[in-house]
Amino acid sequence: MRHFLMHDSRDNVGVAVVDIKAGETVTGASLDGATKREIAALEDVPLGHKIALKSFSTGDTVVKYGEDIGRVVASIRAGEHVHVHNLKTKRW
Amino acid sequence: MRVPRFQGYRRENGRVGIRNHVIILPVDDISNAACEAVGKLIQGTLALPHAYGRLQFGEDLELFFRTLIGTGSNPNVAAAVVIGIEPGWTERVVQGIAKTGKPVTGFSIERSGDLKTIAEASRKAMEYVQWASELSRVECPLDEVYISVKCGESDTTTGLASCPTVGEVIDRHMDINGTASFGETSELTGAEHIVKKRAATPEVGEAFMRVWGEYSEMINTYKTSDLSESQPTKGNIRGGLTTIEEKALGNIEKLGKRAKFVGVLKPAEAPSGKGLWFMDTSSAAAEALTLWAASGAVVHLFPTGQGNIIGNPILPVIKLSGNPLTCATMSEHIDLNVSGILSGEMNLEQAGDKLHEMTMRTCNGRMTASETLGHREFVMTKLYRSA
Repeated sequence: MRHFLMHDSRDNVGVAVVDIKAGETVTGASLDGATKREIAALEDVPLGHKIALKSFSTGDTVVKYGEDIGRVVASIRAGEHVHVHNLKTKRW
Repeated sequence: MRVPRFQGYRRENGRVGIRNHVIILPVDDISNAACEAVGKLIQGTLALPHAYGRLQFGEDLELFFRTLIGTGSNPNVAAAVVIGIEPGWTERVVQGIAKTGKPVTGFSIERSGDLKTIAEASRKAMEYVQWASELSRVECPLDEVYISVKCGESDTTTGLASCPTVGEVIDRHMDINGTASFGETSELTGAEHIVKKRAATPEVGEAFMRVWGEYSEMINTYKTSDLSESQPTKGNIRGGLTTIEEKALGNIEKLGKRAKFVGVLKPAEAPSGKGLWFMDTSSAAAEALTLWAASGAVVHLFPTGQGNIIGNPILPVIKLSGNPLTCATMSEHIDLNVSGILSGEMNLEQAGDKLHEMTMRTCNGRMTASETLGHREFVMTKLYRSA
């Protein structure tokens, strides 16, 4: 079963394609199928939300689609939920 | 390459439509009541009430006229009855629509009153409906269909599934030398560097960057916070989208993989030739779709994640979603379910085939979910306060 997808092999977050529960070991793949990842979920991540594929410190850049989607504003451990509480735009 | 054919309406100016509306078009807000009265009295007409048309000036007034005249000129409109408070601006709209060669007549309320105007306009509307009802669909090639694209209430599934499905159809439409348009200027923020590279020439890329820069300046001038909850919207955030950059990168999946855009359009401006065009629009669905309808688009492809229920009175909106929860809980709003892309049961090419098929069916006359549910959001873009 596939729990999350990555747009690009450079992405450091995955998108949950099912509701992920804390404690589960989840698997994911890049859209082209070239990259596969397995990670232990530390938090619930609802369908469509992002799961951290690495640990981040404040000020780090989150990459999705192989592109910069914003800056980390609170440290994130691999397997945690990435959203508005720990990621902000660099634009406005 | 073989160009698919469908049954459409060939208008007097050669343009191809997929619907056959007789519209009752108010020139101004105070003529809405008369237009709606005619719309109720004469079956088969479509009144298009709106909020503006008085004391506008400058560029805002130009956009207003472009939108009204463009709406009446759209090939999905067979004929138009125009009602305004006074004859001057009413005639300006009538003359603009008349350039297409389609039947159009104007009525003004001053020195007649609502009741006499309604009676006279209703007789004309009745004549138009009966005439239009005898027009036949004829075989038309798909490349003559002008498609607009915009997503709404996006989430991360739009970037994964429904937007790339639209991109697949846009690539195919460009392969047959069709016409299409994308926009949502503010919503390209974070992906503007990628959009610029998708311009057909460096000049077009620079023109796009100027328009995008001006929109960004406007936002920076008026914003009171970081725009959180507006762009991305609360719905976007609920669906898992966090930043404008992330939203924009999903949005531009609609541009496909190969297509280059050939020009930059002002709001509601008609493309001057075939190909893919960028139009400067708001990212609010009703405003943007009204602008595309006014630019002559005859079918709209609308990916949604959380379930934007938008429709347009004259521009059929094909709604597709890759979010299984939305497809299950809001199925009456969704024309095409592409959630199989998330589960791995469907690939992008298969989703593109299905959207192409739904587009052909819609062009042949199938009513979309939003048409059937009566979604007729007609919302003018206003640039600044009236005088």
